[in-house]
Amino acid sequence: MPTSTDTARVHVSTTINGEPTDFLCEPRQSLLECLRDVIGLTGTKEGCNDGNCGACSVILNGRLVNSCLVLGVEAQGAEITTVEGLAEPGQLHPLQQAFLENAALQCGICTPGFLVSAKALLDQEPNPSEERIRFWLSGNLCRCTGYDKIIRAVQDAAGRMQEAKRG
Amino acid sequence: MKQFEYAAPTTLDEAIRLLAEMNGRARPMAGGTDVLVQMRAGRLTPDRIVDVKNVPELNELRYDASGGLTIGAAVPCYKIYADTAIARAYPGLIDAASIVGGVAIQGRATLGGNLCNSSPSADTIPVLIAMGAKVNIRGPRGSRQVPVEQFCTAPGRNVLEAGEVVVSIELPAPPPNSGAHYQRFIPRYEMDIAVVGVGAGVVLSDDKRTIRSARIALGAVAPTPLFVPEAGQALEGKPAAEESLAAAAEIARNAARPIDDMRGTAAQRKHLVGVLTRRVLAGAIARARGEEVHGAHVH
Repeated sequence: MPTSTDTARVHVSTTINGEPTDFLCEPRQSLLECLRDVIGLTGTKEGCNDGNCGACSVILNGRLVNSCLVLGVEAQGAEITTVEGLAEPGQLHPLQQAFLENAALQCGICTPGFLVSAKALLDQEPNPSEERIRFWLSGNLCRCTGYDKIIRAVQDAAGRMQEAKRG
Repeated sequence: MKQFEYAAPTTLDEAIRLLAEMNGRARPMAGGTDVLVQMRAGRLTPDRIVDVKNVPELNELRYDASGGLTIGAAVPCYKIYADTAIARAYPGLIDAASIVGGVAIQGRATLGGNLCNSSPSADTIPVLIAMGAKVNIRGPRGSRQVPVEQFCTAPGRNVLEAGEVVVSIELPAPPPNSGAHYQRFIPRYEMDIAVVGVGAGVVLSDDKRTIRSARIALGAVAPTPLFVPEAGQALEGKPAAEESLAAAAEIARNAARPIDDMRGTAAQRKHLVGVLTRRVLAGAIARARGEEVHGAHVH
């Protein structure tokens, strides 16, 4: 683990979306700032910057977290999935496809957070109930859609992923 | 955010040294879900953050039916409710641990942090008090143990001295015929701060018809989470039935010292204390009888 005995920048080694990624950051920089401003992965959005809105959701070592509430230096040795890691080359993730087809976004600022949060849910529970999806996504705020289309998109994606698995 | 040093010690002694040598200018951090928010807002301005997540003692999560439960101060909420043996033995704890923030917060937030943040509305504290939990503290001058109800001293303040750290929270093994329950009132369905929260724990007689003992604690109605021992004492020897609960609820209502704020009025909070005290007692009694009572958490 990195220990900074002063406030100088620290070298952090991580794996982001499967790619070994090293960066330098000050202890006071959040993982969100490191992703966007240091590494240039701007898919992860800043909303409230205090853990309420979920726009900055990423998966850190298999757990959904708000990257605004993680220090960049804490990511040493971590595996991180951001929204940029969802699609395969030339093919959207089923969640992304379902969001498009169900019109589950309007302005789009919350969408990366919803996608990452929903992915974390479907990774551990492939067939969640509507109530479970709503509860899980309660940490992601959307001011445009009224949520129904987002919930439908997640249900749709879950169905497609189940079907794909059955072949 | 202002600049600070970051240290991630791997032993408890090192963590305490890193904290103590800063004379109060260092702050321990586990999940960071309160500390980082307060630092960004300028309410906390430590010169050093000591990340305690790599200290083994603070990561302990150990349960056995005779010895009880030890929860390291850096164990995130999700690990507690994901452990089926713990969830079966302490459903009252799960009621609270599974509604602290949303899923992303529960991936990081800890009971130790919830205690140290010492908010009057902390969701996990009332039910810890109701279950008779104790806080293990370690500092430069050694170890001490404090009952949870004595830990918080004012909003955002607690008994920790400079250099001290919460190591773990200890819960006794659930006695036979016992149950606990926590509920809160919020305007939303989830992901909100309690307007009022109430935790209760009961132990019933062997035939499960009489209340042998009870503990009740309230959240968000005083400067600290509030233990109301007299409310529990009023239930001793009473039938474990709805008609016994009103007296305890009335005592709890009278013990509450709420304020008006953006989340609710003092009058509404008093009313809610009565309603929730009856409900959590009924839930705790049902659990003591082996009945299933669902928390707010949706599976």
